[in-house]
Amino acid sequence: MNPRLDAPYGSLIDRNQPRSFTFEGETVNGYLGDTVASALIANNHWLLSRSFKYHRPRGPLSMAGHDANTLVQTASAPNRLAEELPIDLGEAVSGQNYVGSLKRDWLRALDWLGRFLPVGFYYRAFYKPFGVWRLWEPMIRHMAGLGVANLESQPPYRDKQYLFCDVAVIGAGPAGLSAALEAANGGAQVLLVDENTQLGGALTYHRFDTDVESSTTLLSSLHQQVLGHQHIRVLSSALCNAWFTDHYLPVLQGDRMFKVRAETCILATGSTEQHVVFRNNDLPGIVLCSALDRIIRHYAIAPEGDVAVLAGNDLAYHTALQAHDAGLSVTAVIDLRPSPDDETLCEALATRNIRLETGATVSEALADRDGLRLGNIMVSHLAADGSVAGERCRIACATLAMSAGFMPAYQLACQAGASLSYDDASAHFKISGLAEGLFLAGSVNSVHTLEAVCADGRNAARAALTALGHNADTPETVSCTARVNHPWPIFKHPKGREFVDFDEDLQIKDIVNAARQGYRDIQLVKRFSTVGMGPSQGRHSALPTARLIAKATQRSVTETGVTTARPPVKPELLGLIAGRGFDPHRHTPMHEQHLALGAHMIPAGTWRRPGFYGDPVHRERWIREEALAVRNNVGIIDVSTLGGIELRGPDAAEFMNRLYTFGFLKQPVGRTRYAVLTNEHGVVIDDGVAARLADDHFYVTATTTGVDRVYRDMLKWQAQWRLSLDISNVTAAFAAVNVAGPNARRVLEAAGCDIDLSAEAFPYLDYQEAAIADIPVRMLRVGFVGELGYELHVPSMMAHRLWEIVMAAGAPWGIRPFGVETQRLLRLEKGHIIVGQDTDGMSHPGEVHLAWAVNRKKPFFVGCRSVDIVMQQPLSRLLIGFSLSPDAPRPKEGHLVLKDGDIVGNVTSCEYSPNLDRVIGLAYAHPDDAAPGSIIDVRTDNGVVVQAIVTTLPFYDPDNERQTL
Amino acid sequence: MPFALLKFGLNDDYPYEREPDIPAPRDLKSHYDVVIIGGGGHGVATAYYLAKYHGVTNVAILEKAYLGGGNTARNTAVIRSNYLTPEGVKFYSASVKRYEQLSNEFDFNIMYSQRGQLTLAHTDATVRAFRQRAEVNKHFGGRTELIDRQAIAELVPTLNLDPADLPVLAGLWHRDGATARHDAVAWGYAKGATQRGVELHQLTEVTDILKEGNKVTGVVTNRGRIQCNSVVQAVAGHSALLARKAGFELPLVAYPLQAMVTQPVKPFLNPLVSSSALHCYVQQTSRGEIVIGGGSDPYPLYSSRSSLELKESLIAHAIEMFPFMSEMRLLRQWAGITDMTTDYSPIMGLSPVENYYIDAGWGTWGFKATPICGWTMAELVASGGRVPELIQPFALERFSHFRQVNEMGATAASH
Repeated sequence: MNPRLDAPYGSLIDRNQPRSFTFEGETVNGYLGDTVASALIANNHWLLSRSFKYHRPRGPLSMAGHDANTLVQTASAPNRLAEELPIDLGEAVSGQNYVGSLKRDWLRALDWLGRFLPVGFYYRAFYKPFGVWRLWEPMIRHMAGLGVANLESQPPYRDKQYLFCDVAVIGAGPAGLSAALEAANGGAQVLLVDENTQLGGALTYHRFDTDVESSTTLLSSLHQQVLGHQHIRVLSSALCNAWFTDHYLPVLQGDRMFKVRAETCILATGSTEQHVVFRNNDLPGIVLCSALDRIIRHYAIAPEGDVAVLAGNDLAYHTALQAHDAGLSVTAVIDLRPSPDDETLCEALATRNIRLETGATVSEALADRDGLRLGNIMVSHLAADGSVAGERCRIACATLAMSAGFMPAYQLACQAGASLSYDDASAHFKISGLAEGLFLAGSVNSVHTLEAVCADGRNAARAALTALGHNADTPETVSCTARVNHPWPIFKHPKGREFVDFDEDLQIKDIVNAARQGYRDIQLVKRFSTVGMGPSQGRHSALPTARLIAKATQRSVTETGVTTARPPVKPELLGLIAGRGFDPHRHTPMHEQHLALGAHMIPAGTWRRPGFYGDPVHRERWIREEALAVRNNVGIIDVSTLGGIELRGPDAAEFMNRLYTFGFLKQPVGRTRYAVLTNEHGVVIDDGVAARLADDHFYVTATTTGVDRVYRDMLKWQAQWRLSLDISNVTAAFAAVNVAGPNARRVLEAAGCDIDLSAEAFPYLDYQEAAIADIPVRMLRVGFVGELGYELHVPSMMAHRLWEIVMAAGAPWGIRPFGVETQRLLRLEKGHIIVGQDTDGMSHPGEVHLAWAVNRKKPFFVGCRSVDIVMQQPLSRLLIGFSLSPDAPRPKEGHLVLKDGDIVGNVTSCEYSPNLDRVIGLAYAHPDDAAPGSIIDVRTDNGVVVQAIVTTLPFYDPDNERQTL
Repeated sequence: MPFALLKFGLNDDYPYEREPDIPAPRDLKSHYDVVIIGGGGHGVATAYYLAKYHGVTNVAILEKAYLGGGNTARNTAVIRSNYLTPEGVKFYSASVKRYEQLSNEFDFNIMYSQRGQLTLAHTDATVRAFRQRAEVNKHFGGRTELIDRQAIAELVPTLNLDPADLPVLAGLWHRDGATARHDAVAWGYAKGATQRGVELHQLTEVTDILKEGNKVTGVVTNRGRIQCNSVVQAVAGHSALLARKAGFELPLVAYPLQAMVTQPVKPFLNPLVSSSALHCYVQQTSRGEIVIGGGSDPYPLYSSRSSLELKESLIAHAIEMFPFMSEMRLLRQWAGITDMTTDYSPIMGLSPVENYYIDAGWGTWGFKATPICGWTMAELVASGGRVPELIQPFALERFSHFRQVNEMGATAASH
């Protein structure tokens, strides 16, 4: 390991805590605080990855996690940024996307074949003759992709937390720190978010003047004030990764996502330094100026070999000065301009013996002997029009720092609807059109000198305070005339390989050729060339692409623009967004009792219900036994999942009458009625039972999966009708069981039910209120399964006890709990339909034998007009009952009903009935075949067609005597 | 090495010496035989078939933004025909057949990739519905079948068969399911259409429809008025708004539909996999990215903003299906606006306005229908309003005659 620079260099590392890890199988040493990237370059290892398309060697560019050059693979996950991976990660690290080794990647050959693979080549090849794409595609797919996903990994624990604040300040550079202080001093609760471990932004690495004074004193002063402020909460190493409507901000920190609700939001997100486009500008060792600054100041690394600086602005000179003063060997500054704006910088270079080449550019970078690191740069003259005008000199250097200017970190602002316009004078994109309550501060607002940046931060805070209704000082005048952007840092080379987009390996000609082929709109350029589609989402490529396309299509850069900024700002872990994973489902109060009885639970909407009691292997047997118990003795089923809705008020009957198809105005108190719901298209969408508890009080059930929709529809209609009633969904407040079978009455009597349960005192379809022990019970004498039955609705908290009491009382008769699968069979024997199973999105009452449940005399119900129309049209299908001998191939639900080979319907329900010893079912059939005794063709598995006999419904107890006992 | 690549390498000007794929902007003429509003896949496909098979070339496509920039660009490129109704199956199967040939028809590779689509059933109600879909598909010659857990495990070994406490019971395996490079479909059609004389005008927004009596005579655009004999509207999410300008209502509600994509990784997933109960589908593109999509947003909106809630729930479900995906990284999230009909089938054919043809109601399933849509709409326009049999069931009048083509359940979360 090379020795590090002395303190104060190395603000992020702890020299007392050496650490190591392995990269590509080799041990790499560093210190706590190092990242994988910094530790590697401290060991003079600049090669971190292979590029997406040409497999060119790549090393760090930004040292800020802003580019894809440092994507590496760890044991647990692919595509991780080496600049963000701590050295003490505890996992082996390697490169990715290569064949062979990172140093010797056989696919490097693709670089030499590059001229055969220009932009969009795959659109013009591999498909002739017909069918060959099938052969090429797998090969191409295997070439694509970057890292390898670890298919064995399991999501670790990650969670979420809500936070609220008056002002969210995103970015804790000088602008953000100033803004946070001003806002907090003005009385606002401030949340300050920064993605770095250290607050201070550029103050922690850049030097803003030749003697380093201003930045260090300012940083420590701001730091102290912010950290001690009671109204400021700081989240560092935290990334605000998106802006959603109303300043809803996901902030990612460690294993947690904070979901921040901010009243106002100040974006002090800074700006992204831009690279210069020249041949081989992607060689490891070529970095942005800010990256070299970070390497020196954060990690105390003095890269081996000579350093050169390519300057498009004065800021780059400070990088050269800082590097020299830290002890690096800085040989030259090459300035794209005729001279720096600040003439004293020339002198500062001269006193340090740093050669200055003005009016020149690096026209080509040349690799060292291994081809894996920068060795030399070719410096060329620039003509007055900005083009390369001939070679000037060749300079040996292992590191080149470059700055062509800055692009505001516009992502959050643009996600919030702001737009970018290009200012030709400053060659800079500016942000305008901010959402309400959103403010910019600092370099993202195109302000670049230190004083102006701080003032701009304070001004943004004042604007936020005003928006919050606080008093605020009048804004300061902010003036910043510093030019930081070079207008055309793009230098074409006859041999190409001048990279505009590093992620996607796109050179100047790729961008220009996309426009030449007609893809002129910037969005089409992106889609055709894939520029900006890589992991860094155009952070470095958007500006040069806009300039190139503007020139190629003779439009202004503003008109050309950049592609839409979409969330997230930086690639985010899926597991962090998902959190713990939350898929709640509901248990009835009797859930544990079902489990104790060995129930096989199945999903029913959001609920879990017993399908039957017993192991699934013997499903048929359990269902048969349960069904026989209900038919011949007594059974009990938990029906708590049925929806329950209460309607109370003088207009309750009127409301029922308008909503459901039946008439409810004259329904007597103490009676129940079947309630069918149709939608505006006349389609049956739900059903239930309505009990009238009092003149102004109905209790209506709905299907398990339908109740939420029914309740929502009720509220919607009530919002329009404005009748006098209250509607409440009491599904969870009540639990219910149905006790059914010839012995049901005896069991309930034994349970101590305090009312007369005889057929005379409590006839079929009546409603009564009773008590069992001290449990108040709403009793409905209804039965889906067609036996003597009582539905007992009790407060949920008492249902557990009710179950125990009834089970104990029923023990002498051998009462048997039954599940929903058994219930389905029993109701099928009775020909009762299940809405959603025997109906589909088109079933109207006439098709499913529910015409009797539609009152055609009343003036209105929801769907009335449509039902009138469709029931006048000739039927195109009809739900019929069918039966088959038990040894015939068994139709399954979903199998088709055919007539003369054409589809006329489908089987909706089909079961073997142990009571009848026949296979019975419901199916849609052609109306001509609906008469009992007709034969229908049902195509079963493997295309076997069986002839089923149309049978009168119900299959069982045709005169409905049993349920009225 | 394919011959085309040799040409690239040996001739610096190839393919630039030829006409560009999309011609440079030009002035609007004062009159066209046919004006197509909407430069998405459907609009350019209609123009292409009009020009190539009906000789109708005096056609202008008017696109308010850029070619294929709406739902053509935003959809997740699922191509399938495993629908529920005979009408739907016949129509979408015809589309799949055209897709298979499209690269060679265009002389432009749309990267059509038939990897099969697997939809998971977690409840017996879904198993029932899937069996019916499989049966209807088979009836019309499609390759769809209901498969069990073991077959699913063999097909997608990386899939968690017991996600979110909702065990997978069965799967609908649709061998004809495919994907393609969605942008390339629009570009291929545009290239073929413009080579035959069709004009594509981007950044040209229609602001009004001109009529004489009940007959359309032209359109007003931000670049001036145009006269024309007939108009085709194919504007997806904005269909109802445009129809209103033409003077009639469409029974459509616009919902945002969101999708997202991860960073690329090496291939691990071949079929397109979706789950009905988790409202989530997952596929890996040829670039190696994982595309994740789900159901529409719960409330109507004409805005293509993204939301955090949807992202959270969708990703949580994707991770339930593929737990290891929790360590992958999300790159981009976006939304489109879908125009939903109540029966989840499109509205195609004649409109109440004479010579004004509609292609709307494409909700979340428009991309897969692009070729057949263009083919049938072109036939409709060229014949002066004779509705091809294949799209007769999708007429606007079906809503007033109660003849909906109900595909609900065949579309949700499997686009």
